[in-house]
Amino acid sequence: MSAIRLLVGTRKGAFILTSDGKRRTWKVDGPLFGGWEIYHLKGSPVDPDRIYASQSSGWFGQLIQRSSDGGKTWEAAGNKFAYDGAAGTHQWYDGTAHPWEFKRVWHLEPSLTDPQIVYAGAEDAALFRSTDGAQTWQELSGLRRHGSGPRWQPGAGGMCLHTVLLDPSDPRRIFIAISAAGAFRTDDGGETWRPINHGLRSEHIPDPTAEVGHCVHRIALHPSRPRVLFMQKHWDVMRSDDAGESWREVSGNLPSDFGFPIEVHAHEPETIYVVPIKSDSEHYPPEGKLRVYRSRTGGGEWEALTQGLPQQDCYVNVLRDAMAVDRLDSCGVYFGTTGGQVYASADAGDTWTAIVHDLPAVVSVEAQTLS
Amino acid sequence: MIRVVLPEHLRTLARIGGEVRLAVGGEATQRSVLDALEDSYPVLRGTVRDQATRRRRAFVRFFACGQDLSHEAPDAPLPAAVAAGTEPFLIVGAIAGG
Repeated sequence: MSAIRLLVGTRKGAFILTSDGKRRTWKVDGPLFGGWEIYHLKGSPVDPDRIYASQSSGWFGQLIQRSSDGGKTWEAAGNKFAYDGAAGTHQWYDGTAHPWEFKRVWHLEPSLTDPQIVYAGAEDAALFRSTDGAQTWQELSGLRRHGSGPRWQPGAGGMCLHTVLLDPSDPRRIFIAISAAGAFRTDDGGETWRPINHGLRSEHIPDPTAEVGHCVHRIALHPSRPRVLFMQKHWDVMRSDDAGESWREVSGNLPSDFGFPIEVHAHEPETIYVVPIKSDSEHYPPEGKLRVYRSRTGGGEWEALTQGLPQQDCYVNVLRDAMAVDRLDSCGVYFGTTGGQVYASADAGDTWTAIVHDLPAVVSVEAQTLS
Repeated sequence: MIRVVLPEHLRTLARIGGEVRLAVGGEATQRSVLDALEDSYPVLRGTVRDQATRRRRAFVRFFACGQDLSHEAPDAPLPAAVAAGTEPFLIVGAIAGG
């Protein structure tokens, strides 16, 4: 009998939502780490009971928590994130050089093959790796030092490395994304990196087609086809068919191509999901209607998914890590909102129900498919 | 023994019920007390002082004997009553944000 476990990070703690494979009734556990910001939790693909969580607060800084029993009990792991060597500088909002300063971990990405290996995407932007179950962390500093680092600048939410995609066909290839620097790729396990932003166009930077400076909000791939990438940029939904060497816009008929999350159906590599948001200064859905948009053509042609979602007076946001899919035969899709709702669809987005209505603002949602 | 009172979130994190009592070698200063605290409760590393700079985190304050000691030098002696254990050293989360 299969089951689904959702790992939900919020502004005031973590919640674990569980259901059987029917996904009709849910059990809500939490808050865990009440009062702390939980930017992200994620389980190991090879040992789902090994879960890592990023716990932080404006008062007491960054902690990493680790569970080995599916979230029942937790232990604090290592929280020393030291930049490798001289930290260097990046651009500040006023154009001056600003020293790199560690603030928090936005995203944790466990290895596809080893539950003791986990990656952490940090603000100020850097990628860290642990090979001992998050006890100690080492920066993969080739990313920060590859050359364009001094030209990176923070987006409105900070200069965060928020997306880490591991290529299941090539353990040496990793994609990452940084706001507001862009997407980057390594082909040698993190030693060397280069920007992969050709084809992106961002009007908010002096040279709209610059090598770096693009506010990439999230990227996603389907494990069966890791050279095909999908991107929700600040504005524009983009697609690459060559592992990021070039991008083309696939916003098509979306009501707005601004948004944060983008996700791929578990079994249909050309079926993707976004949540259009009205604009970068109005972080809520167009027309007060919360609509997930699905494309079955890998972008370009989009359909609104509205059944079960509020279609009037809805002014929540859906943040970049707050959407996930499960791997059951009928693909489940989940997302959380800044209004504290977590919505679930057991039919690939055709119909939706709210699992919970009133959590703290949801920052992240991950789905674990358990057997 | 030096008495230290932690804010609730750090007591929860360190699984401490009440006050902490610490044996501090040498003179009682902010640095020596915090070093002893972190040695006894490694999970607190980085929560009161920044891991890299070892400076007090901006929204953490140090009070004792009715005084705000937050801006005192890390190696300045703490009040005699704290050193003697008759008054606690208070680590406080500042009132800021939500």
